[in-house]
Amino acid sequence: MPGVRVAGVGVTSFGNAPERTGRDLFGEASAEAFSDAGVDRADVESLYYGNFMGELAEHQGHQGPLMAEAAGIRAPATRYETACASSSAGVRQAVKDIRNGEADVLLVGGAERMTNLGTAGATEALAIAADDLWEVRQGMTFPGAYALMARAYFEQFGGTREDLAEIAVKNHEHALDNEQAQYNSEISVEQVLDAPMVSEPLGLYDSCPISDGAAAAVLVSDEYATDHDVDAPVAITGTGQGGDQLALHDREHLATSPAADEAAAEAYDEAGISAADVDLAEVHDCFTIAEVLAIESLGLYETGEGVDAATRGETAAGGENPVNLSGGLKAKGHPVGATGVGQIADVVKLLRGDHVNSDAVPDADVGVAHNAGGTVASAVVHVMEVRE
Amino acid sequence: MTESEDVRNEGFDDALDAVAEGEGYYLECSNGHGSLPPRRVCPDCGDTELTEQRLPASGEIDTYTVTHVATPNFADDAPYVVAIADFGPVRLTGQLRGVDPDAVETGQVVGVDVATTETTGERLLVFERR
Repeated sequence: MPGVRVAGVGVTSFGNAPERTGRDLFGEASAEAFSDAGVDRADVESLYYGNFMGELAEHQGHQGPLMAEAAGIRAPATRYETACASSSAGVRQAVKDIRNGEADVLLVGGAERMTNLGTAGATEALAIAADDLWEVRQGMTFPGAYALMARAYFEQFGGTREDLAEIAVKNHEHALDNEQAQYNSEISVEQVLDAPMVSEPLGLYDSCPISDGAAAAVLVSDEYATDHDVDAPVAITGTGQGGDQLALHDREHLATSPAADEAAAEAYDEAGISAADVDLAEVHDCFTIAEVLAIESLGLYETGEGVDAATRGETAAGGENPVNLSGGLKAKGHPVGATGVGQIADVVKLLRGDHVNSDAVPDADVGVAHNAGGTVASAVVHVMEVRE
Repeated sequence: MTESEDVRNEGFDDALDAVAEGEGYYLECSNGHGSLPPRRVCPDCGDTELTEQRLPASGEIDTYTVTHVATPNFADDAPYVVAIADFGPVRLTGQLRGVDPDAVETGQVVGVDVATTETTGERLLVFERR
């Protein structure tokens, strides 16, 4: 089975750029990915592109071909939509294509324009990832859904708002020197606890921001990398996806994310690794509680034991399980369709040694990216390893 | 042409009508799994023999949140309490009405009814303490 290499990655700054179009954002990210890869655009055989709310934010459907144009490639292009896990689902398809010999060079990525909708408009757009009839019509928002999970977690396993605040503080700390992050500001536990409530028990600083941005990556087969002398030291060695019922109330458990358990198990099995082999993780912390669910699904912590990992300092730079060295969605930003490939770009750079926080993990060989859609009705996990 | 917002959602609006009349129901497959309409197949086991069963009169709050930042459709409703209540064969998401948000607790027993939102007058499921 042909191996899959990440030849190059490119990410725009994430943040507040309401005037920039999706096509402009993806044009920038893809150009950087091609430049990083040193791969000829003419060799690209397909684009798999993730986007969630393009119809609502830009009145733009059928974004695959549009983004192929923006990237300067002439190839078939398909948009993937699994809410906030959209671009990771596209990566998964690309990995399968290269493995089964159907392709040698693929462009993956995603983009999202959100801030032009305003806070209320973006909140409404994000809510469509939930069940319209049985959840959204009752007033359930996206932060509201995670708040329901957070309270269920506290009731079932314990943990406090202070524990969640420590996650936000840690992720802001990680983003201090990340110029592409939306926030480069330090915050304190007190600030998190005193911030205005969004949906109790989650406050403003428990929540990731609304962001504009794009991310792209060029994936190639081992053979193409060798034949074309492409420097691509990081391989994608495992891909996994899990699914769950869309509405939170239809699930057996309200305080765990079994779809991500399945995704991680599949990705680890393909890569032949276990959680103990993972040197660093970029996880989907759209809300502080989401990082807890993620690190438990990834097996870095037992179910019910991840909530105070940040409080103990274990998931910080220098800790035994560094999580979200990029700043995570919380500090880096969350342009939803771009987030999955953005995480992969961070893992690749951390493993290559050219990330702003690479010094925190000088000997890292194995990184994972965990990307979730909705209240984790979709989850995609990728394992990346250094293969010289 | 009919404005799309005026068109009923068959199955869902029928279920809300029944709740409003005090005759709420859920769907049950021949293996006893409960689910919410509209459905043609049990999401748990794939069984296609679904029958309407009477929704238990009361449920227990499993989890809840007080939402302060709402979407435009609920702007005048905020702050409001959204809860998931366990009715046995199915759980429901609804707004808890008539209770001070500070007095809400998990485990509280509630009934379900249909009311309208402050902002748009659209129907929604509401829980009331029993």
